[in-house]
Amino acid sequence: MPTYYNLKALIKGIRGCKTVADERALIQQESAAIRASFREEDTFQRHNNVAKLLYIHMLGSPAHFGQIECLKLVASPLFTDKRLGYLGIMLLLDENQEVLTLVTNSLKNDMNHSNMYAVGLALCTFANIASEEMSRDLANEIEKLLGSSNTYIRKKAALCALRVIKKVPDIADHFIGKAKNLLTDRNHGVLIAAITLVTEICSLEESYLNEFRSAVPLLVRNLKSLVTTGYSPEHDVSGITDPFLQVKILRLMRILGKGDEQASEAMNDILAQVATNTDGSKNVGNSILYETVLTVLDIEADTGLRVMAINILGKFLSNRDNNIRYVALNTLNKVVTMDTNAVQRHRNTILDCLRDGDISIRRRALELSYALINEQNVRILIRELLAFLEVADDEFKLGLTTQISLAAERFAPNKRWHIDTVLRVLKLAGNFVREEILSAFIRLVAHTPELQAYTASKLYLALRSDISQESLTLAATWILGEYSDILIEGGIVDDDKTTPVRDSELIDLLLSCFDSPYSNYLIRQFLLAALTKISARSTTSQPEQDRIAEVLAKYTTSPELELQQRAVEFASLFTLGETRVGVLEQMPAPELKATVMGVVSERKPVGSTKAMDADLLGDEISNAPSASVGSQPPVNPQSNQDLLAEIFGSSSELATSTSPPAAQPQKSSVDDILGLFGSSSSNSGPVPQTPSALPSYPATPATAVPSTFALPQSATPATPATPSVRKLTEYSAYEKNGLRVTLTPQTSAAKPGIVMILARFQTTGPPVTGISFQAAVPKSQQLQMLPMSNPNVNPGATETQQMRVVAPVGSNVRLRLRIGYTADGQTHQEQVDFAGFPAGLTSGTA
Amino acid sequence: MINYLLIVSRQGKARLSKWYATTTTQAKSRILKEVTQLVLSRKVRMCNVIEYKGRKVIYRRYASLFFVAEIGYTDNELITLEIIHRYVEVLDKYFGNVCELDIIFNFQQAYNLLDELVISGELVDTSKKAVLRMMEGADVTEKDDQLRSALTTGGIL
Repeated sequence: MPTYYNLKALIKGIRGCKTVADERALIQQESAAIRASFREEDTFQRHNNVAKLLYIHMLGSPAHFGQIECLKLVASPLFTDKRLGYLGIMLLLDENQEVLTLVTNSLKNDMNHSNMYAVGLALCTFANIASEEMSRDLANEIEKLLGSSNTYIRKKAALCALRVIKKVPDIADHFIGKAKNLLTDRNHGVLIAAITLVTEICSLEESYLNEFRSAVPLLVRNLKSLVTTGYSPEHDVSGITDPFLQVKILRLMRILGKGDEQASEAMNDILAQVATNTDGSKNVGNSILYETVLTVLDIEADTGLRVMAINILGKFLSNRDNNIRYVALNTLNKVVTMDTNAVQRHRNTILDCLRDGDISIRRRALELSYALINEQNVRILIRELLAFLEVADDEFKLGLTTQISLAAERFAPNKRWHIDTVLRVLKLAGNFVREEILSAFIRLVAHTPELQAYTASKLYLALRSDISQESLTLAATWILGEYSDILIEGGIVDDDKTTPVRDSELIDLLLSCFDSPYSNYLIRQFLLAALTKISARSTTSQPEQDRIAEVLAKYTTSPELELQQRAVEFASLFTLGETRVGVLEQMPAPELKATVMGVVSERKPVGSTKAMDADLLGDEISNAPSASVGSQPPVNPQSNQDLLAEIFGSSSELATSTSPPAAQPQKSSVDDILGLFGSSSSNSGPVPQTPSALPSYPATPATAVPSTFALPQSATPATPATPSVRKLTEYSAYEKNGLRVTLTPQTSAAKPGIVMILARFQTTGPPVTGISFQAAVPKSQQLQMLPMSNPNVNPGATETQQMRVVAPVGSNVRLRLRIGYTADGQTHQEQVDFAGFPAGLTSGTA
Repeated sequence: MINYLLIVSRQGKARLSKWYATTTTQAKSRILKEVTQLVLSRKVRMCNVIEYKGRKVIYRRYASLFFVAEIGYTDNELITLEIIHRYVEVLDKYFGNVCELDIIFNFQQAYNLLDELVISGELVDTSKKAVLRMMEGADVTEKDDQLRSALTTGGIL
């Protein structure tokens, strides 16, 4: 078999190969020949063979069979053999291989070799691959060599000591004394190795760290002399004296100064000097400035110095060199938690970096922009991030959608904006949305009855134009299924126009998702449930209901088990008549999760609540947000008692409730939400004599409904937070002096005995001001009231107040109302009994 | 600390690979393959830092060769570029206008030079001159040895 005589010939041969296959064949052949030669113990050829083997190894072929040959070379008295042998050991062995123990003896011998280059080889090999066992065995040799008079040996020994303490940290104290001596060494090689060693020792244990704090003045002196000495040919790098050493010293200073006022104080001056005097026009200078910034930020530096450091980073950001910008972004990421304002100043530059052509820069800038979002800039930043989401690399999208949604949740100025933001995310990157984000969105919508029509119509449009985004499809399917009635009644609201939607169009859209190539198992499950829900709504015509029944029938034989089961179950629901409607009612708003929604509802404007009945609603009271408590006048419980005693004649007979006056500060948020709602509900017209076409339910500032009436673990988990509007009747309770009060009761089949009553205040004459509306119920019932939306009613406006009565099932709801107000300059105070509700209201069938 | 240093040609062939952090053979070949691909796909004006599996990889191109080094999370990217540059300078001085072929045919010397500059992932000397002087010293020792052994085997000594 033809083998190559020497390394050079082999390399030429390999380079001459025309194809990869040729090359592989040649390498295999050569490798076999080398192996054979090793077996024959050909000492003459050994050097040559090992050299060839190392080359083959670099090209990716196995070379483990050369390990022992390297050991043999190392044991040779010839330096040339040792050099190649140690090179081979470093390349073919690592600390985890058994064979390495055989090297220990050779290393020990060579560390005591008379030739310094042989000692150097042994030290270099040790420092690169020593195992724990080897470190213990040779620690004494290393310690001895640290005191060598030869700088070549000292510097290498220092890095061997580094290896020893990394492998066996508990013998680090052996090296402390020697390491201290080395810090005073004048040779830069020894010094940089020593500083590296000390840095490692200091990171091991607090006590070692304290031990080396005394070296701070020495380090300061060293650094000072590097900064101040003029041109030194031996260590100059583009006009800067030994940047490598400067960086190492700065790094050690960082560790020594961290959490130590005194040490930090000692460094202040020199750090300022380095920061001001280092030339930042080249990479070398910037590497030192960068290290200085890191040190200043980590130690207990004075404020002036910190400002200087952040300014340096600011300057870095506008540097044309991408590397400098990269490290600046990276470092600002660490600073942003400490000093957000300083970083905010560079916001625009950071956002520009999102459009950089370089993925490393984009990634850093993105991370930084997440950290910069706060209440004040959330709109601007989220807009930028959404713009970036449109063009972002796929690998960023999942993180982006998550971060945008989380930020929206934390900082959203209002729910409309929050919903809009998530909608946009779903549209832009619906295939990169975490499940949690999707369910948080659905939860948000369920908790925001005011925006359900809006969200449903937006999702309807979005789904109609794009069914390829999984999460968009899922969200739309769920929401259209739940709120199809609202959508069909309200139509699509787009640019202030309202386009009616027919039930058949909605069902067509959902059916098209079934057959789309993007449809998957999960989507199909959502679709089945949604269609079944739609079929149970009164807004869906009989032919469409039949169509849905057909679809369900088709899936009863689906090979996908879950689909088949659902279809069979849903189909049998169809035969159950009234029960079906009950079962397929709107879902109660899901529990608010502290981790996700909790943050939101606490922060957002929430209506004031003052639940009166602690026995029933203990949970709710403790959970009730107290955002506007401050605006309520103090209520003296005793005076309430008196009042009610007066109303009913005997205070002990009654469970009572009064409500605080409406909290003024919430007014604006009510307006916001009602404002955008106006057109969508105008044609649902469930409420006669409501000229401004308010939705029938926003009795309270928007967010109060979910937070008070749909709290987790409350006594009434099934109370729908999203009562539907259509079948409600209004009862007139009071009409005098231009003020008209009507009551609209609403019940839920799922929870008999609970009646939600919406009181509406309108004026047919002049404005009515200072309304105080109080109510009481018989003792057997319990009453809770939310504040009024506004105690002053203007002509044409409708103000509302929400009440909840818990009554024994089957009993009649009776109210005693006390109304005080000022109309036309006259103050009125009246009391009426109201029992106009139909019987059976509390049995859940009304 | 430098975890590894690679020299890769523009065709993606490894010309030198030095591992300071203990790495299994499989991991080595995977890193070599993947990092090489990443580095080769970079455009000229992009920054010299890439992120590979959460690690910082610094690279710089010199003519037809890419010098690649992975560093620790807290290490200074900019000074790492200077270390790479220092290595190139030393190679250049040693070979006299170094080119890819010098490194291919004298890979042992390229490794030996690196060993004089970086040990255990840390810079061992900051003076170009000192590094070259020591390299020369070792080369002279090697030649003397070779000569002596040749003379001995030839029966002259």
